[in-house]
Amino acid sequence: MSMLYTVMILKKVLESELWFTVLHRKIKPLAVEARLRNREKKKMTLGLINANPVVQAKKERLVRTQPDQYRDDGVDPLDIYEYVRDIRDPEHPYTLEQLSVLSEESVTVDDQLDRILIKFTPTVQHCSMATIIGLCLRAKLKECLPLHYKVDILVSPGSHADEDSVNKQLNDKERVAAAMENPNLRQLVDECIYSDEI
Amino acid sequence: MDLMEKNLELVEIQKLEGHTDRVWSVAWNPVSSHADGVSPVLASCSGDNTVRIWEQSSLSRSWTCKTVLEETHTRTVRSCAWSPSGELLATASFDGTTGIWKNYGSDFECIATLEGHENEVKSVSWNASGSYLATCSRDKSVWIWEVLEGNEYECAAVLSEHTQDVKMVQWHPTMDVLFSCSYDDTIKVWWSQDCDGEFECVQTLGESNNGHSSTVWAISFNATGDKMVTCSDDRTLKIWGTDIARMQSGEEYVPWSHLCTLSGYHDRTIYSAHWSRDDIIASGAGDDAIRLFVDSHDSVDGPSYNLLLKKNKAHDNDVNCVQWSRGEGDRLLASASDDGMVKIWQVATKP
Repeated sequence: MSMLYTVMILKKVLESELWFTVLHRKIKPLAVEARLRNREKKKMTLGLINANPVVQAKKERLVRTQPDQYRDDGVDPLDIYEYVRDIRDPEHPYTLEQLSVLSEESVTVDDQLDRILIKFTPTVQHCSMATIIGLCLRAKLKECLPLHYKVDILVSPGSHADEDSVNKQLNDKERVAAAMENPNLRQLVDECIYSDEI
Repeated sequence: MDLMEKNLELVEIQKLEGHTDRVWSVAWNPVSSHADGVSPVLASCSGDNTVRIWEQSSLSRSWTCKTVLEETHTRTVRSCAWSPSGELLATASFDGTTGIWKNYGSDFECIATLEGHENEVKSVSWNASGSYLATCSRDKSVWIWEVLEGNEYECAAVLSEHTQDVKMVQWHPTMDVLFSCSYDDTIKVWWSQDCDGEFECVQTLGESNNGHSSTVWAISFNATGDKMVTCSDDRTLKIWGTDIARMQSGEEYVPWSHLCTLSGYHDRTIYSAHWSRDDIIASGAGDDAIRLFVDSHDSVDGPSYNLLLKKNKAHDNDVNCVQWSRGEGDRLLASASDDGMVKIWQVATKP
Protein backbone atom coordinates (compact mmCIF):
# COMPACT_ATOMS: atom_id res chain seq x y z
CA MET A 1 0.00 0.00 0.00
CA SER A 2 1.74 3.15 -1.13
CA MET A 3 2.27 6.05 1.22
CA LEU A 4 0.46 8.39 -1.12
CA TYR A 5 -2.67 6.28 -1.13
CA THR A 6 -2.62 6.05 2.63
CA VAL A 7 -2.26 9.78 2.94
CA MET A 8 -5.10 10.38 0.50
CA ILE A 9 -7.37 8.14 2.51
CA LEU A 10 -6.30 9.99 5.61
CA LYS A 11 -7.18 13.29 4.02
CA LYS A 12 -10.63 12.01 3.05
CA VAL A 13 -11.17 10.59 6.48
CA LEU A 14 -10.09 13.70 8.29
CA GLU A 15 -12.30 15.88 6.13
CA SER A 16 -15.38 13.76 6.51
CA GLU A 17 -15.07 12.20 9.92
CA LEU A 18 -13.90 15.24 11.83
CA TRP A 19 -14.10 13.40 15.05
CA PHE A 20 -11.12 15.31 16.24
CA THR A 21 -9.97 18.80 15.45
CA VAL A 22 -7.60 18.84 12.54
CA LEU A 23 -5.92 21.87 11.14
CA HIS A 24 -6.64 21.47 7.47
CA ARG A 25 -3.61 23.37 6.37
CA LYS A 26 -1.38 20.71 7.84
CA ILE A 27 -2.74 18.04 5.50
CA LYS A 28 -1.96 19.68 2.16
CA PRO A 29 1.79 19.91 2.54
CA LEU A 30 1.73 16.30 3.69
CA ALA A 31 0.19 15.08 0.43
CA VAL A 32 2.54 17.16 -1.70
CA GLU A 33 5.57 16.07 0.19
CA ALA A 34 4.48 12.46 0.08
CA ARG A 35 4.29 12.59 -3.73
CA LEU A 36 7.83 13.93 -3.85
CA ARG A 37 8.86 11.21 -1.49
CA ASN A 38 7.51 8.50 -3.70
CA ARG A 39 9.68 9.63 -6.57
CA GLU A 40 12.72 9.64 -4.40
CA LYS A 41 11.83 6.40 -2.72
CA LYS A 42 15.12 4.80 -3.44
CA LYS A 43 16.95 7.65 -1.85
CA MET A 44 14.73 7.29 1.25
CA THR A 45 14.29 11.04 1.61
CA LEU A 46 11.48 11.88 3.93
CA GLY A 47 9.75 15.10 2.88
CA LEU A 48 6.85 14.97 5.28
CA ILE A 49 5.76 17.61 7.71
CA ASN A 50 8.04 16.08 10.26
CA ALA A 51 10.91 16.12 7.80
CA ASN A 52 13.48 14.65 10.06
CA PRO A 53 11.99 12.24 12.47
CA VAL A 54 14.61 10.81 14.67
CA VAL A 55 14.73 7.17 13.76
CA GLN A 56 16.28 4.68 16.08
CA ALA A 57 17.67 1.39 15.05
CA LYS A 58 15.43 -1.48 16.00
CA LYS A 59 16.17 -2.44 19.55
CA GLU A 60 17.34 -5.88 20.31
CA ARG A 61 14.70 -8.02 21.83
CA LEU A 62 15.73 -9.00 25.33
CA VAL A 63 15.44 -12.63 26.18
CA ARG A 64 14.38 -12.72 29.78
CA THR A 65 16.10 -15.42 31.67
CA GLN A 66 15.28 -14.22 35.15
CA PRO A 67 12.09 -15.35 36.81
CA ASP A 68 9.21 -12.94 36.60
CA GLN A 69 9.04 -10.37 39.31
CA TYR A 70 5.33 -10.13 38.82
CA ARG A 71 2.77 -12.55 40.12
CA ASP A 72 1.93 -15.38 37.78
CA ASP A 73 -1.46 -14.10 36.86
CA GLY A 74 -0.31 -10.52 36.48
CA VAL A 75 0.68 -8.81 33.28
CA ASP A 76 4.25 -7.70 32.75
CA PRO A 77 4.46 -4.19 31.27
CA LEU A 78 7.22 -5.41 28.98
CA ASP A 79 4.87 -8.05 27.57
CA ILE A 80 2.42 -5.29 26.74
CA TYR A 81 5.21 -3.27 25.23
CA GLU A 82 5.94 -6.21 22.94
CA TYR A 83 2.40 -5.95 21.57
CA VAL A 84 2.68 -2.26 20.74
CA ARG A 85 6.32 -1.46 19.94
CA ASP A 86 6.02 -2.64 16.32
CA ILE A 87 2.87 -0.74 15.45
CA ARG A 88 3.73 1.28 12.40
CA ASP A 89 3.45 5.04 12.52
CA PRO A 90 0.57 6.27 10.31
CA GLU A 91 2.86 8.75 8.51
CA HIS A 92 6.27 7.15 8.31
CA PRO A 93 7.36 3.63 7.45
CA TYR A 94 8.83 3.08 10.86
CA THR A 95 7.55 1.60 14.07
CA LEU A 96 6.41 3.70 16.98
CA GLU A 97 9.44 2.48 18.88
CA GLN A 98 11.87 3.52 16.17
CA LEU A 99 10.38 7.01 16.19
CA SER A 100 10.58 7.14 19.99
CA VAL A 101 6.81 7.55 20.16
CA LEU A 102 6.90 4.59 22.50
CA SER A 103 9.56 3.21 24.76
CA GLU A 104 9.68 0.61 27.48
CA GLU A 105 8.82 3.31 29.99
CA SER A 106 5.59 4.05 28.12
CA VAL A 107 3.72 1.22 29.77
CA THR A 108 2.79 0.99 33.42
CA VAL A 109 0.60 -1.67 34.95
CA ASP A 110 -1.43 -1.64 38.14
CA ASP A 111 -1.65 -5.32 39.00
CA GLN A 112 -4.03 -4.82 41.87
CA LEU A 113 -6.69 -3.28 39.69
CA ASP A 114 -5.69 -4.77 36.31
CA ARG A 115 -5.20 -1.37 34.78
CA ILE A 116 -2.74 -0.36 32.10
CA LEU A 117 -1.53 3.13 31.40
CA ILE A 118 0.24 3.97 28.16
CA LYS A 119 1.88 7.30 27.56
CA PHE A 120 3.10 8.00 24.07
CA THR A 121 5.08 10.89 22.67
CA PRO A 122 3.99 12.29 19.30
CA THR A 123 6.95 13.28 17.16
CA VAL A 124 5.89 16.93 16.96
CA GLN A 125 3.80 19.27 19.15
CA HIS A 126 1.08 19.72 16.54
CA CYS A 127 1.01 16.16 15.37
CA SER A 128 -2.33 15.58 13.72
CA MET A 129 -1.74 11.84 13.93
CA ALA A 130 -1.84 11.76 17.71
CA THR A 131 -5.44 10.54 17.85
CA ILE A 132 -4.78 7.94 15.13
CA ILE A 133 -1.81 6.60 17.06
CA GLY A 134 -4.00 6.39 20.15
CA LEU A 135 -6.64 4.46 18.19
CA CYS A 136 -3.99 2.06 16.93
CA LEU A 137 -2.84 1.41 20.48
CA ARG A 138 -6.41 0.73 21.60
CA ALA A 139 -7.18 -1.54 18.66
CA LYS A 140 -4.03 -3.58 19.13
CA LEU A 141 -4.47 -4.01 22.85
CA LYS A 142 -8.13 -4.93 22.52
CA GLU A 143 -7.04 -8.00 20.58
CA CYS A 144 -4.26 -9.01 22.90
CA LEU A 145 -5.56 -8.38 26.39
CA PRO A 146 -8.10 -10.25 28.52
CA LEU A 147 -11.52 -8.57 28.55
CA HIS A 148 -11.47 -7.06 31.99
CA TYR A 149 -8.27 -5.03 31.65
CA LYS A 150 -8.75 -1.28 31.68
CA VAL A 151 -6.52 0.71 29.38
CA ASP A 152 -5.88 4.44 29.68
CA ILE A 153 -3.95 6.16 26.92
CA LEU A 154 -2.40 9.59 27.31
CA VAL A 155 0.11 11.69 25.44
CA SER A 156 3.25 12.31 27.47
CA PRO A 157 2.71 15.49 29.46
CA GLY A 158 3.88 18.53 27.55
CA SER A 159 4.38 16.67 24.29
CA HIS A 160 1.34 17.96 22.41
CA ALA A 161 -0.28 21.33 21.95
CA ASP A 162 -3.81 19.94 22.37
CA GLU A 163 -2.89 17.49 25.10
CA ASP A 164 -6.17 17.71 27.06
CA SER A 165 -8.33 17.49 23.97
CA VAL A 166 -6.46 14.49 22.57
CA ASN A 167 -6.48 12.70 25.93
CA LYS A 168 -10.19 13.27 26.40
CA GLN A 169 -11.02 11.81 22.98
CA LEU A 170 -8.77 8.81 23.37
CA ASN A 171 -10.39 7.92 26.67
CA ASP A 172 -14.01 8.36 25.61
CA LYS A 173 -14.90 4.82 24.63
CA GLU A 174 -18.06 5.84 22.83
CA ARG A 175 -16.07 8.17 20.57
CA VAL A 176 -13.45 5.49 20.02
CA ALA A 177 -16.13 2.91 19.15
CA ALA A 178 -17.83 5.25 16.69
CA ALA A 179 -14.49 6.12 15.05
CA MET A 180 -13.58 2.47 14.63
CA GLU A 181 -16.87 1.89 12.81
CA ASN A 182 -15.70 4.26 10.11
CA PRO A 183 -14.32 1.93 7.42
CA ASN A 184 -11.59 4.31 6.24
CA LEU A 185 -10.28 4.88 9.72
CA ARG A 186 -10.50 1.17 10.50
CA GLN A 187 -8.50 0.37 7.39
CA LEU A 188 -5.78 2.84 8.29
CA VAL A 189 -5.57 1.50 11.83
CA ASP A 190 -5.42 -2.08 10.55
CA GLU A 191 -2.55 -1.20 8.25
CA CYS A 192 -0.62 0.25 11.15
CA ILE A 193 -1.19 -2.59 13.55
CA TYR A 194 -0.78 -5.45 11.11
CA SER A 195 2.17 -4.00 9.23
CA ASP A 196 4.63 -6.44 10.69
CA GLU A 197 2.63 -9.29 9.28
CA ILE A 198 2.84 -8.05 5.70
CA MET B 1 -38.65 2.73 55.59
CA ASP B 2 -34.98 3.01 56.33
CA LEU B 3 -33.15 0.93 53.78
CA MET B 4 -29.81 1.47 55.46
CA GLU B 5 -31.00 -0.53 58.45
CA LYS B 6 -31.82 -3.61 56.43
CA ASN B 7 -29.15 -6.00 55.27
CA LEU B 8 -29.65 -5.82 51.53
CA GLU B 9 -27.89 -7.46 48.63
CA LEU B 10 -28.15 -7.40 44.85
CA VAL B 11 -29.02 -10.88 43.63
CA GLU B 12 -28.48 -11.91 40.03
CA ILE B 13 -31.75 -13.33 38.74
CA GLN B 14 -30.67 -14.12 35.22
CA LYS B 15 -28.00 -13.45 32.62
CA LEU B 16 -29.41 -12.72 29.16
CA GLU B 17 -27.06 -13.85 26.41
CA GLY B 18 -27.46 -13.30 22.74
CA HIS B 19 -25.87 -10.06 21.66
CA THR B 20 -22.59 -10.55 19.81
CA ASP B 21 -21.03 -7.25 20.80
CA ARG B 22 -21.16 -4.86 23.76
CA VAL B 23 -24.62 -3.93 25.01
CA TRP B 24 -24.96 -0.18 25.38
CA SER B 25 -28.42 0.31 26.81
CA VAL B 26 -31.57 -1.32 28.19
CA ALA B 27 -35.11 -0.03 28.51
CA TRP B 28 -38.09 -1.49 30.34
CA ASN B 29 -41.45 -1.30 28.63
CA PRO B 30 -43.45 1.00 30.92
CA VAL B 31 -46.74 -0.80 30.51
CA SER B 32 -45.65 -4.27 31.33
CA SER B 33 -45.06 -5.55 34.78
CA HIS B 34 -46.51 -8.33 36.87
CA ALA B 35 -48.74 -5.77 38.57
CA ASP B 36 -50.41 -4.97 35.24
CA GLY B 37 -50.93 -8.64 34.65
CA VAL B 38 -48.61 -8.43 31.70
CA SER B 39 -45.20 -10.05 31.46
CA PRO B 40 -42.34 -7.59 31.89
CA VAL B 41 -40.60 -6.72 28.65
CA LEU B 42 -37.07 -5.37 28.29
CA ALA B 43 -35.32 -3.99 25.21
CA SER B 44 -31.53 -4.01 24.85
CA CYS B 45 -29.42 -2.44 22.14
CA SER B 46 -25.94 -3.28 21.05
CA GLY B 47 -22.76 -2.74 19.03
CA ASP B 48 -23.91 -5.70 16.93
CA ASN B 49 -26.38 -3.28 15.24
CA THR B 50 -29.43 -5.02 16.68
CA VAL B 51 -32.02 -4.54 19.38
CA ARG B 52 -33.25 -7.55 21.35
CA ILE B 53 -36.63 -7.77 23.05
CA TRP B 54 -36.68 -9.96 26.15
CA GLU B 55 -39.77 -11.19 27.92
CA GLN B 56 -40.29 -12.96 31.19
CA SER B 57 -42.52 -16.00 31.04
CA SER B 58 -45.25 -15.85 33.68
CA LEU B 59 -45.05 -19.59 34.16
CA SER B 60 -41.36 -20.39 34.32
CA ARG B 61 -40.31 -16.88 35.45
CA SER B 62 -37.35 -17.10 33.15
CA TRP B 63 -36.42 -14.55 30.52
CA THR B 64 -36.08 -15.34 26.86
CA CYS B 65 -35.38 -13.36 23.75
CA LYS B 66 -38.70 -12.79 22.03
CA THR B 67 -37.47 -10.90 18.96
CA VAL B 68 -34.37 -9.46 17.38
CA LEU B 69 -34.78 -6.14 15.56
CA GLU B 70 -32.18 -6.34 12.84
CA GLU B 71 -31.36 -5.40 9.26
CA THR B 72 -32.39 -1.81 9.78
CA HIS B 73 -29.60 -0.01 11.53
CA THR B 74 -26.27 -0.33 9.76
CA ARG B 75 -24.16 0.59 12.78
CA THR B 76 -24.21 0.37 16.56
CA VAL B 77 -27.59 0.96 18.17
CA ARG B 78 -26.65 3.19 21.08
CA SER B 79 -29.90 3.64 22.98
CA CYS B 80 -33.58 2.82 22.90
CA ALA B 81 -36.71 4.16 24.55
CA TRP B 82 -40.30 2.97 24.78
CA SER B 83 -43.13 5.42 24.23
CA PRO B 84 -45.27 6.04 27.35
CA SER B 85 -48.03 3.85 25.90
CA GLY B 86 -45.56 1.02 25.49
CA GLU B 87 -46.60 0.53 21.87
CA LEU B 88 -43.59 2.08 20.18
CA LEU B 89 -39.85 1.69 20.57
CA ALA B 90 -37.45 4.37 19.38
CA THR B 91 -33.86 3.33 18.60
CA ALA B 92 -30.91 5.72 18.26
CA SER B 93 -28.01 4.59 16.09
CA PHE B 94 -24.47 5.54 15.10
CA ASP B 95 -25.71 5.34 11.50
CA GLY B 96 -27.24 8.79 12.08
CA THR B 97 -30.86 7.66 12.09
CA THR B 98 -33.52 7.06 14.73
CA GLY B 99 -35.83 4.13 14.12
CA ILE B 100 -39.43 3.96 15.32
CA TRP B 101 -40.71 0.42 15.74
CA LYS B 102 -44.21 -0.80 16.37
CA ASN B 103 -45.15 -4.03 18.05
CA TYR B 104 -47.44 -6.19 15.94
CA GLY B 105 -48.10 -9.22 18.08
CA SER B 106 -44.91 -11.23 18.13
CA ASP B 107 -43.15 -9.07 15.58
CA PHE B 108 -41.81 -5.56 15.40
CA GLU B 109 -41.83 -3.47 12.30
CA CYS B 110 -39.87 -0.32 11.65
CA ILE B 111 -42.62 2.16 10.80
CA ALA B 112 -40.50 5.29 10.52
CA THR B 113 -36.87 6.40 10.26
CA LEU B 114 -35.95 9.87 11.46
CA GLU B 115 -33.04 11.41 9.61
CA GLY B 116 -31.32 14.71 9.95
CA HIS B 117 -28.45 14.39 12.35
CA GLU B 118 -25.07 14.75 10.69
CA ASN B 119 -23.48 11.86 12.48
CA GLU B 120 -24.00 9.37 15.32
CA VAL B 121 -27.27 9.67 17.26
CA LYS B 122 -26.53 8.99 20.92
CA SER B 123 -29.84 9.08 22.74
CA VAL B 124 -33.61 9.27 22.30
CA SER B 125 -36.33 10.18 24.79
CA TRP B 126 -40.14 10.49 24.75
CA ASN B 127 -41.93 13.13 26.81
CA ALA B 128 -44.52 12.09 29.39
CA SER B 129 -47.49 12.29 27.02
CA GLY B 130 -45.75 10.79 24.03
CA SER B 131 -46.32 13.91 21.95
CA TYR B 132 -42.64 14.77 21.62
CA LEU B 133 -39.50 12.82 20.91
CA ALA B 134 -36.02 14.21 21.46
CA THR B 135 -32.74 13.00 19.95
CA CYS B 136 -29.14 14.13 20.32
CA SER B 137 -25.94 13.54 18.47
CA ARG B 138 -22.17 14.00 18.14
CA ASP B 139 -23.09 16.84 15.77
CA LYS B 140 -23.65 18.84 19.02
CA SER B 141 -27.35 19.34 18.40
CA VAL B 142 -30.53 18.29 20.13
CA TRP B 143 -33.55 17.74 17.90
CA ILE B 144 -37.15 17.81 19.06
CA TRP B 145 -39.67 15.92 16.96
CA GLU B 146 -43.43 16.27 17.11
CA VAL B 147 -45.36 13.03 16.97
CA LEU B 148 -48.21 13.39 14.49
CA GLU B 149 -50.96 11.07 13.37
CA GLY B 150 -50.34 8.32 10.91
CA ASN B 151 -46.78 7.50 11.98
CA GLU B 152 -45.62 10.95 10.95
CA TYR B 153 -42.85 12.78 12.73
CA GLU B 154 -42.02 16.40 12.16
CA CYS B 155 -38.91 18.16 13.29
CA ALA B 156 -40.06 20.91 15.66
CA ALA B 157 -36.69 22.27 16.72
CA VAL B 158 -32.96 21.94 16.16
CA LEU B 159 -31.16 23.17 19.27
CA SER B 160 -27.47 23.84 18.82
CA GLU B 161 -26.10 25.31 21.99
CA HIS B 162 -23.88 22.55 23.21
CA THR B 163 -20.28 23.02 22.13
CA GLN B 164 -19.53 19.32 21.91
CA ASP B 165 -20.99 15.85 21.42
CA VAL B 166 -24.34 15.49 23.26
CA LYS B 167 -24.47 12.21 25.17
CA MET B 168 -28.02 11.95 26.43
CA VAL B 169 -31.42 13.64 26.34
CA GLN B 170 -34.10 13.11 28.93
CA TRP B 171 -37.55 14.67 29.23
CA HIS B 172 -38.78 15.67 32.66
CA PRO B 173 -41.19 13.02 34.01
CA THR B 174 -44.18 15.34 34.32
CA MET B 175 -43.47 18.53 32.40
CA ASP B 176 -42.41 19.27 28.83
CA VAL B 177 -38.96 20.40 29.86
CA LEU B 178 -36.01 18.75 28.13
CA PHE B 179 -32.59 18.08 29.64
CA SER B 180 -29.42 17.23 27.76
CA CYS B 181 -25.91 16.38 28.90
CA SER B 182 -22.72 16.56 26.96
CA TYR B 183 -18.99 15.99 26.34
CA ASP B 184 -18.73 19.76 26.96
CA ASP B 185 -19.20 18.96 30.69
CA THR B 186 -22.55 20.73 30.97
CA ILE B 187 -26.22 19.93 31.38
CA LYS B 188 -28.63 22.15 29.50
CA VAL B 189 -32.31 22.71 30.18
CA TRP B 190 -34.66 23.47 27.28
CA TRP B 191 -38.09 24.97 27.81
CA SER B 192 -40.84 26.37 25.68
CA GLN B 193 -42.37 29.38 27.43
CA ASP B 194 -45.69 29.47 25.64
CA CYS B 195 -45.78 25.73 25.09
CA ASP B 196 -45.80 26.56 21.41
CA GLY B 197 -42.98 24.31 20.43
CA GLU B 198 -40.38 27.10 20.49
CA PHE B 199 -37.80 25.64 22.77
CA GLU B 200 -34.82 27.55 24.03
CA CYS B 201 -32.01 26.90 26.44
CA VAL B 202 -33.09 28.40 29.76
CA GLN B 203 -30.30 27.06 31.94
CA THR B 204 -26.82 25.61 31.69
CA LEU B 205 -25.44 23.67 34.64
CA GLY B 206 -21.69 23.88 34.35
CA GLU B 207 -18.66 24.03 36.57
CA SER B 208 -19.63 27.45 37.88
CA ASN B 209 -22.89 26.02 39.27
CA ASN B 210 -21.03 23.23 41.09
CA GLY B 211 -21.32 21.20 37.95
CA HIS B 212 -19.21 18.41 36.53
CA SER B 213 -15.60 18.80 35.45
CA SER B 214 -15.74 16.26 32.64
CA THR B 215 -18.18 14.61 30.21
CA VAL B 216 -21.66 14.14 31.69
CA TRP B 217 -22.95 10.74 30.58
CA ALA B 218 -26.48 10.45 31.99
CA ILE B 219 -29.41 12.16 33.69
CA SER B 220 -32.20 10.57 35.72
CA PHE B 221 -35.15 12.03 37.61
CA ASN B 222 -36.87 10.89 40.77
CA ALA B 223 -40.53 9.93 40.54
CA THR B 224 -41.87 13.32 41.61
CA GLY B 225 -39.57 15.19 39.26
CA ASP B 226 -38.20 17.63 41.83
CA LYS B 227 -34.74 16.06 41.87
CA MET B 228 -32.34 14.64 39.32
CA VAL B 229 -29.06 12.77 39.42
CA THR B 230 -26.30 13.15 36.85
CA CYS B 231 -23.19 11.04 36.41
CA SER B 232 -19.89 11.87 34.79
CA ASP B 233 -16.43 10.96 33.61
CA ASP B 234 -15.26 13.04 36.60
CA ARG B 235 -16.27 10.01 38.74
CA THR B 236 -18.96 11.81 40.71
CA LEU B 237 -22.73 11.70 40.91
CA LYS B 238 -24.45 15.02 41.45
CA ILE B 239 -27.92 15.59 42.82
CA TRP B 240 -29.83 18.64 41.63
CA GLY B 241 -33.19 19.99 42.74
CA THR B 242 -35.85 22.54 41.93
CA ASP B 243 -39.08 23.85 43.37
CA ILE B 244 -41.29 21.72 41.18
CA ALA B 245 -44.55 22.92 42.69
CA ARG B 246 -43.71 26.50 41.78
CA MET B 247 -42.66 25.43 38.32
CA GLN B 248 -45.87 23.50 37.71
CA SER B 249 -48.16 26.23 38.95
CA GLY B 250 -46.54 29.26 37.42
CA GLU B 251 -45.64 30.56 33.99
CA GLU B 252 -42.03 31.07 34.87
CA TYR B 253 -39.05 28.79 34.62
CA VAL B 254 -37.69 27.85 38.04
CA PRO B 255 -33.95 27.12 37.92
CA TRP B 256 -32.31 23.93 39.10
CA SER B 257 -29.56 24.08 41.70
CA HIS B 258 -26.90 21.74 42.95
CA LEU B 259 -27.85 19.87 46.14
CA CYS B 260 -24.99 17.46 46.72
CA THR B 261 -22.09 15.64 45.12
CA LEU B 262 -21.24 11.98 45.74
CA SER B 263 -17.51 11.69 45.25
CA GLY B 264 -14.93 9.15 46.28
CA TYR B 265 -17.20 6.19 45.56
CA HIS B 266 -16.17 5.55 41.96
CA ASP B 267 -12.66 5.40 40.51
CA ARG B 268 -13.63 5.01 36.86
CA THR B 269 -16.08 6.82 34.60
CA ILE B 270 -19.72 6.48 35.66
CA TYR B 271 -21.72 5.71 32.51
CA SER B 272 -25.20 5.43 33.91
CA ALA B 273 -27.34 6.44 36.87
CA HIS B 274 -31.02 5.67 37.42
CA TRP B 275 -33.38 6.80 40.14
CA SER B 276 -35.95 4.19 41.25
CA ARG B 277 -39.54 4.88 42.19
CA ASP B 278 -38.69 4.15 45.80
CA ASP B 279 -35.71 6.49 45.88
CA ILE B 280 -32.72 4.21 45.35
CA ILE B 281 -30.10 5.54 42.94
CA ALA B 282 -28.25 2.87 40.95
CA SER B 283 -24.99 3.59 39.15
CA GLY B 284 -23.09 1.63 36.53
CA ALA B 285 -19.41 2.37 36.04
CA GLY B 286 -16.25 1.52 34.17
CA ASP B 287 -14.97 -0.62 37.03
CA ASP B 288 -17.54 -3.34 36.26
CA ALA B 289 -19.50 -2.61 39.43
CA ILE B 290 -23.04 -1.55 40.25
CA ARG B 291 -23.60 0.68 43.26
CA LEU B 292 -26.81 1.62 45.04
CA PHE B 293 -27.25 4.85 47.00
CA VAL B 294 -30.01 6.04 49.32
CA ASP B 295 -30.78 9.25 51.12
CA SER B 296 -29.70 8.84 54.71
CA HIS B 297 -32.07 11.60 55.84
CA ASP B 298 -29.31 12.64 58.24
CA SER B 299 -28.90 16.15 57.05
CA VAL B 300 -31.31 18.99 57.61
CA ASP B 301 -29.77 21.04 54.83
CA GLY B 302 -30.85 18.80 52.04
CA PRO B 303 -30.35 15.28 50.79
CA SER B 304 -27.31 13.36 51.89
CA TYR B 305 -26.69 10.14 50.08
CA ASN B 306 -24.93 7.08 51.39
CA LEU B 307 -23.72 3.95 49.67
CA LEU B 308 -26.28 1.21 50.30
CA LEU B 309 -24.31 -1.53 48.59
CA LYS B 310 -21.64 -2.14 45.97
CA LYS B 311 -21.79 -5.13 43.66
CA ASN B 312 -18.23 -5.85 42.54
CA LYS B 313 -17.71 -7.66 39.25
CA ALA B 314 -21.39 -7.26 38.41
CA HIS B 315 -20.18 -7.85 34.87
CA ASP B 316 -16.90 -8.91 33.26
CA ASN B 317 -16.46 -5.45 31.83
CA ASP B 318 -17.78 -1.88 32.03
CA VAL B 319 -21.42 -1.44 33.04
CA ASN B 320 -22.92 0.87 30.44
CA CYS B 321 -26.49 1.14 31.63
CA VAL B 322 -28.58 0.45 34.74
CA GLN B 323 -32.36 0.70 34.71
CA TRP B 324 -34.90 0.02 37.43
CA SER B 325 -38.07 -1.71 36.30
CA ARG B 326 -41.26 0.31 36.37
CA GLY B 327 -43.28 -2.04 38.51
CA GLU B 328 -44.15 -1.02 42.03
CA GLY B 329 -42.17 -2.71 44.73
CA ASP B 330 -40.44 -5.40 42.73
CA ARG B 331 -37.02 -3.72 42.85
CA LEU B 332 -35.80 -5.32 39.66
CA LEU B 333 -32.73 -3.81 38.05
CA ALA B 334 -31.48 -4.46 34.52
CA SER B 335 -27.86 -3.81 33.53
CA ALA B 336 -26.02 -3.75 30.22
CA SER B 337 -22.29 -4.24 29.74
CA ASP B 338 -19.31 -4.24 27.39
CA ASP B 339 -19.13 -8.00 28.08
CA GLY B 340 -22.14 -8.44 25.78
CA MET B 341 -24.51 -9.42 28.57
CA VAL B 342 -27.72 -8.06 29.97
CA LYS B 343 -28.36 -9.03 33.58
CA ILE B 344 -31.50 -8.91 35.68
CA TRP B 345 -31.00 -8.26 39.39
CA GLN B 346 -33.20 -8.06 42.43
CA VAL B 347 -32.62 -6.13 45.62
CA ALA B 348 -33.32 -8.58 48.42
CA THR B 349 -32.74 -8.93 52.12
CA LYS B 350 -29.81 -11.14 52.98
CA PRO B 351 -30.85 -14.51 54.35
